Amino acid sequence: MRFIVNGASMEAQVDLRTSLLDLLRDHLGLTGSKKGCNQGACGACTVLVDGTRINSCLALAVQYQNREIVTVEGLAEGAALHPLQAAFVEHDGFQCGYCTPGQLCSAIGMADEIARGVPSIVTADLSAETIPLDHDELRERMSGNLCRCGAYNGIVAAIAETFAKEPA
Amino acid sequence: MSVIQDAAQSVMRTAIAYVPDRWVGTAGGDPLRTKHGLLGAPVSRLDGPDKVRGAARFAAEVTLPGMVYAALHYSRIARGRIASIDTAAAEAAPGVTLVMTHLNAPRMNKPPIMMTAPKAAAPSDLPVMQDAEIHWNGQPVALVLADTQEQADHAAALIEVTYEGAPAVTSFEVAKAHAHHPPTILGEPPELKIGDAEAALKGAAVSVDHVYRTPRHNHNAIELHACTVAWDGDALTVHDASQLVNATAWTLAQIFGVDEKQVRVTSPYVGGGFGGKCLWWHQILAAAASRLAGRPVRIVLSREGVFRMIGGRTVTEQRVALGAKADGTLAALIHTGVVAMTTHNNCPEQFTFPARHLYAADAIHLEQEVADMDMLANTFMRAPGEAVGTFALESALDELAEAMQLDPIELRRRIEPAKDPTSGHDFSSRHLLDAYAKGAEKFGWDKRAAQPGARREGEWLIGMGVATATYPYMRFPGCAARIRLGADGQAVVSIATHEMGMGTATVQTQHAAARLGLPLDRVRFDYGDTTLPEGTLAGGSNQTASNAGAIIAAHEALVTELLKLAGNDSPLAGLKVDEVEGFDGGLASIADPTRHESYASILARAQRDEVVVEAEGAMPLEGQKYSMHSTGAQFAEVRVNAVTGEVRVSRFLGSFDCGRILNAKTATSQFRGGIIMGLGLALTEETLFDERSGRIMNPSLAEYHVPVHMDVPEIDVIWTDAPDPHSPLGARGIGEIGITGVAAAVANAIYNATGKRIRDLPITLDKLM
Repeated sequence: MRFIVNGASMEAQVDLRTSLLDLLRDHLGLTGSKKGCNQGACGACTVLVDGTRINSCLALAVQYQNREIVTVEGLAEGAALHPLQAAFVEHDGFQCGYCTPGQLCSAIGMADEIARGVPSIVTADLSAETIPLDHDELRERMSGNLCRCGAYNGIVAAIAETFAKEPA
Repeated sequence: MSVIQDAAQSVMRTAIAYVPDRWVGTAGGDPLRTKHGLLGAPVSRLDGPDKVRGAARFAAEVTLPGMVYAALHYSRIARGRIASIDTAAAEAAPGVTLVMTHLNAPRMNKPPIMMTAPKAAAPSDLPVMQDAEIHWNGQPVALVLADTQEQADHAAALIEVTYEGAPAVTSFEVAKAHAHHPPTILGEPPELKIGDAEAALKGAAVSVDHVYRTPRHNHNAIELHACTVAWDGDALTVHDASQLVNATAWTLAQIFGVDEKQVRVTSPYVGGGFGGKCLWWHQILAAAASRLAGRPVRIVLSREGVFRMIGGRTVTEQRVALGAKADGTLAALIHTGVVAMTTHNNCPEQFTFPARHLYAADAIHLEQEVADMDMLANTFMRAPGEAVGTFALESALDELAEAMQLDPIELRRRIEPAKDPTSGHDFSSRHLLDAYAKGAEKFGWDKRAAQPGARREGEWLIGMGVATATYPYMRFPGCAARIRLGADGQAVVSIATHEMGMGTATVQTQHAAARLGLPLDRVRFDYGDTTLPEGTLAGGSNQTASNAGAIIAAHEALVTELLKLAGNDSPLAGLKVDEVEGFDGGLASIADPTRHESYASILARAQRDEVVVEAEGAMPLEGQKYSMHSTGAQFAEVRVNAVTGEVRVSRFLGSFDCGRILNAKTATSQFRGGIIMGLGLALTEETLFDERSGRIMNPSLAEYHVPVHMDVPEIDVIWTDAPDPHSPLGARGIGEIGITGVAAAVANAIYNATGKRIRDLPITLDKLM
């Protein structure tokens, strides 16, 4: 089976029961994506598939052959951190760091959803052309990513700072 | 702890009260206690880049050659015996290496239970898979090893077990009928009486007397409990997610009958702990299975597995009765109650501890009992005792203030004690009223309406509440540090301590760099490995002070050695250890910094590549002489929907008096993290225990509701930054105080918004309808 992860083509033979998360962690050596519940409740396993965020623990690896998968290991450009990664460090958007890869991938996927005009439950005007990345939109859309250390304020500050610079 | 030990401790405390300060702990004239610069600065955490890259390697991410994966099968009854266990199908399943049950598990010694020896870490003293007895619903009864996790999980599901059930106590009400005093509450007597509090209560001008209830909780760190283990002969290596590496190694050594030095435990990263990442059955079972199979083993619990076999905070039922005189001082303070525990563990959830130190009262009665249940051993969870004890005590104070028509902060001013109300010791440093004043001003407490239900915006009722936060200062003995100073001007400081996100590694690097007079990037701090000098466990918010004390001692040894090496040809010649400090890459006279010599120069002249010293921190006698506690004031603003009962926390401010703050950035995160766990305690978190079967009913993050992004407002955090004159660096640990007082502040705000007093956590919307 062939998988495209962080731009690289990779071969692996896996059990049909193997999740995308376990493929990454146990077969491809990409342990950045984390397992916190294995049932789609915590978001630590969030990765991007063709630019869309998904819970990789709920995805079967075999279904994701030849799709563009991006994990936390694929965000930085060599030595240079992705601006969101740098903002997480600056705003202390984590403590233990375990939920962080999922928060990062989720935030990047979320910013794209906002840019595409996908509404959330707190979007007041469903017909609006552009949706503002305000405090409630951001928190609502990130609520699938749990942080037990409680670094939410820092995470929100890091995301707001990073994506406020780009037109939504 | 035995009665004799208790008596000895009491005599010791009395004696130490008369000992001069300079003999007590590290209270000397340490210039770093007040010096600003690296210490106190908002340094970003040094392991941050690795964490955001996904490059930090956690316990389940260590891969060993020939490693097999473990899965567990859990008991479905609470008490009884295994009648039969059929493992044939599991053994025949693809990829299976081993099925281990009590019938074939290696013989292991009984685990030494926590607090029975300095490094005993077992959560209970039950034998681990040694017999057919079942002690709780969820007890592991079989372990499967297979080539892949999928194969192990499948095989574990094929195991058939039949049980002979026995009568089980799974009802708290039933258990309470036989509640009893535990021998001690963490070394304190279970009952403490000053005067006749019941009589004083009856005679009081105004009184309140209510029962408060808090449910079971689980730590629910996002990282699942996991370890990767391997034997090499009688030597065992455990790559663990651990907040007590030394105690885990010692305890595993006792269980497997090997020398402590043969067990190495590493834990460089821990994905959240909060009291839960200690020694439980999974490490023991993995090591046993690894020995039996002759293969390295990785075990990762499922989230359900974490609920089944990792204990959490226990259920409490607490009575608080307060009797006030007309002037608003307390005639009587009564805090009593009972928690569920088991006969095989020792964790009585010390909820009466806040009342031992917070307020002045003429008569005091504090008493704790435990009720034995057939359940998983409960354990310590962030601010055990204080987190739930402050809910009861601080709610009751709000009720008393209401009854007296006094502002709740004014009431606390009137009952502020001059000395510790139960020990009579002087406080080392206490600025609670200052924290209240600063917090009240910043939060806008003067906008609070004294009458409940007075503020409304549409469907939303708005209220404010306040409560005291408190947590003791602790520094543990036996913490050692090694400093290796190279001729290249690089220093490596090592302690087998723990970084679970608290900022330990960053803060102690700042400390060592400031003490050595080196820039941050010339100092490395190694931790989380039992091959390093022994540290303390990450508990009781002790690590900052314990590590600082050890580094101070090691630094003193280093300076002694360096002055010897410098000799008479140095500008430092003739200076004593306490007359020099680390400065600009070397040592300098404190009185005359122009008398300076660089480390490189000292080592070059002595023809040395490096100097290595190791020393243990001074005995923590300061805590015996003084009443040492951090305090704070928690301010909450809530909005309660008058139609649905939904509660939203709209604003929150924590104002803390925790001694010197060593890193403004990581400290803010620690306080906020504690507060957010407190919001969960107040509003959403509850481990649901089926009182018929003893089974936990919501063993998942989908049904155990930890706060999410949308539940958390911007949390303002301020502090007094008043250095404690009797602790290393003037600091007191801050990992746990954040959660204390939060539930009461929220409950008091809900009362102020709605006029409804909820004394039973969590405050879910059904309780407000």
